[in-house]
Amino acid sequence: MSNLTVSNSTLMLGFVLVLVALVIGYFEKLQINKDILIGVIRAIVQLSIVGYILKFVIKADDIWLTAACFVIIVINASYNAGKRGNGIPKAFQSSLLAIFVGTTITLGTLVLTGSIKFIPEQIVPVTGMIASNIMVAIGLCYRNMKQTFTDRHQQILEKLALGADVKLASLDILRDSIKSGMQPTIDSIKTLGLVSLPGMMSGLIFAGVDPVKAIKYQIMVTFMLLASTGLGSIISCYLGYRQFFNERKQLRNELIS
Amino acid sequence: MEKVFEVHDLSYTAGDKEILKHINLEIEKGKYITVIGPSGSGKSTLMRILASMISATSGEVIFDGKRIETYEPTTYRQRVSYAFQQPTLFGKTVRENLNFPFEVRNLEFDEGKVKQYLKMVNLDESYIDKSVNDVSGGEKQRIALIRNLIFPPEVLITDEVTAGLDVENKTIVHEMLQQFNQQGVTILRVTHDESEIEASHDTITIKDGMVQNV
Repeated sequence: MSNLTVSNSTLMLGFVLVLVALVIGYFEKLQINKDILIGVIRAIVQLSIVGYILKFVIKADDIWLTAACFVIIVINASYNAGKRGNGIPKAFQSSLLAIFVGTTITLGTLVLTGSIKFIPEQIVPVTGMIASNIMVAIGLCYRNMKQTFTDRHQQILEKLALGADVKLASLDILRDSIKSGMQPTIDSIKTLGLVSLPGMMSGLIFAGVDPVKAIKYQIMVTFMLLASTGLGSIISCYLGYRQFFNERKQLRNELIS
Repeated sequence: MEKVFEVHDLSYTAGDKEILKHINLEIEKGKYITVIGPSGSGKSTLMRILASMISATSGEVIFDGKRIETYEPTTYRQRVSYAFQQPTLFGKTVRENLNFPFEVRNLEFDEGKVKQYLKMVNLDESYIDKSVNDVSGGEKQRIALIRNLIFPPEVLITDEVTAGLDVENKTIVHEMLQQFNQQGVTILRVTHDESEIEASHDTITIKDGMVQNV
């Protein structure tokens, strides 16, 4: 633990790195300096608050407090995933179910297999990792779904006109959308260790844990992210595609951009 | 004679535009009807409503004695099939398209039957495994019509399916529709072509969203 030397003063000095981004933004007239500053301030405030909350939750070591953190993370992730629904009706509800089921099953498996313990310092960060990953996957699913429904709406109409049910008419889109949610995770797995030393592993190595032990955690995270993005993508896509049709199994033109 | 469609006081509004205004008409079973009228008159909209691809804003459509809404949409569309002006072929090969009607009905692909239909529209069996990118516009329309007719519906609605086709393709499509009409399929055909109008039993003229004559 003695290797962890970051402090308020080192952070202040590290702020020079933000200045690098600001200088680039200024000289290249990118008009992003306001966004950079807001982003940095939000990151500092949000992380500070979370740091203190986590300190309190870990110290309290209470099952209900841990469960409350789980619920807050899941709702927050669902709200943000829902916003990426871009007009798809019930995007929040679909995301909530997808993230809740995906996170619960993945987390439950990890706890039941003994990979992690049901203690706040393990449950809360792992919940965050799973939920945020599903949130990103759902966002990609929704974006792909909306785009492909627009691009292929003529095909859908023709399939419906031939008497196909909405699922058969949208099967290609459904498969492509699920795949688009899972693909980034699959791609990143392929380069693990070669290009990146991901967060979990890097954090443990930073904290002085034996790298051989740290990779075991990373392998566990890999399994966990694969399962969770798969579950989140499939649930959100299966709930999402139905929204493109009305109760008479007609394509809803207002959702096609 | 038995009615296949009865349309009562049907209107359709899109946004603030009234596309169809208080349409009333009856269509007898087994007839070959052409639907004519200027572009934008509401012909296609009426046909799409009859095919249950969109729903009317007000009024009612009676199909085979019952309101259209009482039928399960997929079953209804297998009985009342709609053919588009510029169809797309989906998937990679023609086979995927010709298999689709079988897939819809949870049936095995019947290659013998498909070959028969290809022959009917002057296409040889090698077309089954052709890439969808290797078929011409006219061939595409003929393949698309096989999708509609391989399990003959009670009504076939076609929306300017011969527009833009050459004489040879037009004749093939026309003969195919005639043949199925003789087998009892009611044909409702939107067209601008005078020769096609002559071949039909009746003509419906639509202008400014209203039926001019039946």
